[in-house]
Amino acid sequence: MREHYDVLVAGAGPAGLAAAQAAVSHGARVGLLDMQARPGGQVWRHDVRLPAAPAARQAIEALQGVKLLARHSVVTAEPSALRVETPTGSDLLSFGSLVLATGARELLLPFPGWTLPGVTGAGGLQALAKQGWPVAGKRVVIGGSGPLLLAAADTLRKHGAHVLGMHEQASAATVRSFAWQLRRWPARAAQAAGLRLRLAGVPYRCGSFVREAIGGDAVRGAVIETPHGTRQVECDLLAVGYGLVPNTELAALLGCALDEADAHPRVRVDALLRTSVANIHAAGEACGIGGLAVARIEGAMAGHMAAGDVAAASALLPRRDRERRFGALLARHFTLDPRLRELADERTLVCRCEDVALGALAGYDDARAAKLATRCGMGACQGRICGTALAELGRFPRGGARPPIFPARLATLAGLADFSPDDARRGNRP
Amino acid sequence: MSGSTATFDLIVVGAGIVGASCADAASAEGMRVAIVEPGPIGGGATAAAMGHLVAMDDDPAELALASYSLGLWESFADLKEAEFSRCGTLWVARDDRELAAAAARIARLKAADRDARLLDAASLHELEPALVQGLAGGMLVEREAVVYPPRVANHLVRRAQSRGTRLFAGRRAQALYRGGVQLDDDTRLGGPVLVATGCALPDLLPMLPMRARKGHLVITDRYPGLIRHQLLELGYADSAHGDADSSVAFNVQPRPTGQILIGSSREFQANDASVSPSMVQRMLERSFAFVPRLRGLQALRVWTGFRPTTPDGRPYLGAVPGAVDQWVAAGHEGLGVTTALGSAKLMIDLIQGRRPAIDPAPYSPWRMAA
Repeated sequence: MREHYDVLVAGAGPAGLAAAQAAVSHGARVGLLDMQARPGGQVWRHDVRLPAAPAARQAIEALQGVKLLARHSVVTAEPSALRVETPTGSDLLSFGSLVLATGARELLLPFPGWTLPGVTGAGGLQALAKQGWPVAGKRVVIGGSGPLLLAAADTLRKHGAHVLGMHEQASAATVRSFAWQLRRWPARAAQAAGLRLRLAGVPYRCGSFVREAIGGDAVRGAVIETPHGTRQVECDLLAVGYGLVPNTELAALLGCALDEADAHPRVRVDALLRTSVANIHAAGEACGIGGLAVARIEGAMAGHMAAGDVAAASALLPRRDRERRFGALLARHFTLDPRLRELADERTLVCRCEDVALGALAGYDDARAAKLATRCGMGACQGRICGTALAELGRFPRGGARPPIFPARLATLAGLADFSPDDARRGNRP
Repeated sequence: MSGSTATFDLIVVGAGIVGASCADAASAEGMRVAIVEPGPIGGGATAAAMGHLVAMDDDPAELALASYSLGLWESFADLKEAEFSRCGTLWVARDDRELAAAAARIARLKAADRDARLLDAASLHELEPALVQGLAGGMLVEREAVVYPPRVANHLVRRAQSRGTRLFAGRRAQALYRGGVQLDDDTRLGGPVLVATGCALPDLLPMLPMRARKGHLVITDRYPGLIRHQLLELGYADSAHGDADSSVAFNVQPRPTGQILIGSSREFQANDASVSPSMVQRMLERSFAFVPRLRGLQALRVWTGFRPTTPDGRPYLGAVPGAVDQWVAAGHEGLGVTTALGSAKLMIDLIQGRRPAIDPAPYSPWRMAA
């Protein structure tokens, strides 16, 4: 089946929701696709037990007129069209213009024991809790860097977890300086104060990071490095995330230029969010980590641009620039302690899909050579996790991704519109 | 230009499976060897290959080289890096005509000391229950195997290095000159040169025609036991050795990991490496026709590669026409992994002035100068 949209938006997080709403306001035929069953993306992920944030609810309710394409996963890019896998088959979605609102994923850094069951990302455990994974009564240690630690702790506590502590790798002085700068963003400051208030009683340790996860079949505890020495805590779950990195795979597959000045590439856009490919715009975290407010404004800008209203997009520029400065502030204050790059030892697995230890990569200075010789990054995640970690560790930049972006049925790759489980049995004569 | 010129008994240009095999064979004889490779070891056609060790019988010369080479591969059967898996090759016949043709192929393989036997429809389905019903039978070549080519190339280069071979990694051979090769950093290496650069051969030896024949491969998640043998349609040779602008054939491999590797496509005139959705579709539909259950499997990756193809389909193995101390081993099309070890032995025999184990005449690059 082939369907055409004037504006197609990839990703239904805050940026994608804002883009769809802006585009549809101009009367365009708009499709909003997302892998998940419900819109919201990561930060506004649907919570099975708790009500959505008012802003999320409003953004989702404002989708009248937008065709929501839930559980649609992009497999490959074709000229002016995306091939998507649906629960029952595949579609070719052609577009007049496309908005990439593919968001970000968590940066995970390998450390001894990080592959034990019960060890997750900070945002990862937050997402699991929202999806109904039982955390009530569990003793949780949270580690890593950035505001995500507080947000994760808040969600986990609301779901009944016993959060033993948050371990922020940035120094206390840096965090204080960040808090001081927050005065220029009163809404953010209020939000942060509210979060801290709700988390009163949960220790927040700066200059502190998880050195090792301990356990046999599952995690039993964590070794934590603090400014006052090493200590060990028992826990049932260990959630460690070092901030976010942009999802650029779809942009790369479409041929959009990436900005690769830092360890983690981001989609290159001009002031009005145009990528290097005509009729493709990008918004939010995919263009560089900037947070929720940036995502919402840029989403709206990209939606207006995609619908052809340059003036409406331009009007949002001052607000966007101001919010982007906040993103820069975050990045500046939560830069990673170089010691974090030394946590993994020779035997620590880097590639979880193919069980490749860090030691096996000695002597390779190129992602492709390492992959060919060791299979590092060849598995189901296509190097999303290990490739990103190795780039952060300064080993080598992540290699280029290949289609499909996410694993997809062979029937989908073959362009078959419908997939029925009976296909497996029926069998047709060659 | 740097002052001194390092000299070697042999300078191998290109560290694909063929160049790596040549460097390994030369260093095993005590020759002082250099390898020049601008990219990753085994990063060209070797990386894209299926790694199926298979004898094709439609050309007697190709069969002789494959048979010779397959014997040499046996010494890699227990090597961890080779990921050698003796899954055997099962050629599938759709109808009685194809099955009858298989009998003649078995006779030709036997004449080259390769064992093969005919299967009726019932035995075929017993061996491979996932195959579609209604096939006529097949031909089983039990001793054939699959390997993981880039790791083998790496192993061969490291083994050569352990014998003193020097690897010029990240360096491109810019030009051949009388008595050596000039690298892209203006270093000169002196000594006889063996060019094994596959599709890039015309950069250094423009008088030897070479075309790049594009192929696609798809690999799935792990489904251990679903497929047990490397499966090909008996009509495969029509695609492999025909000269059509584009063709597909059923060619599916069980990896030791339980993953399934699905081929194959062939295209001339396709010069960019991007995945072509329409070729992938044709190729997959062909595979579904033989193994319908493939439809529902999860694909992890699709990639492309280029097979170095000579006008007559045979590799160039021998002296470069009209040159002194210049040798070539390139143009193995889709059989480079199978025939690399035999090609290397043959080359070193020729370079050392010995008589090779098989007749080298059919592969002589002089056929292009005639």
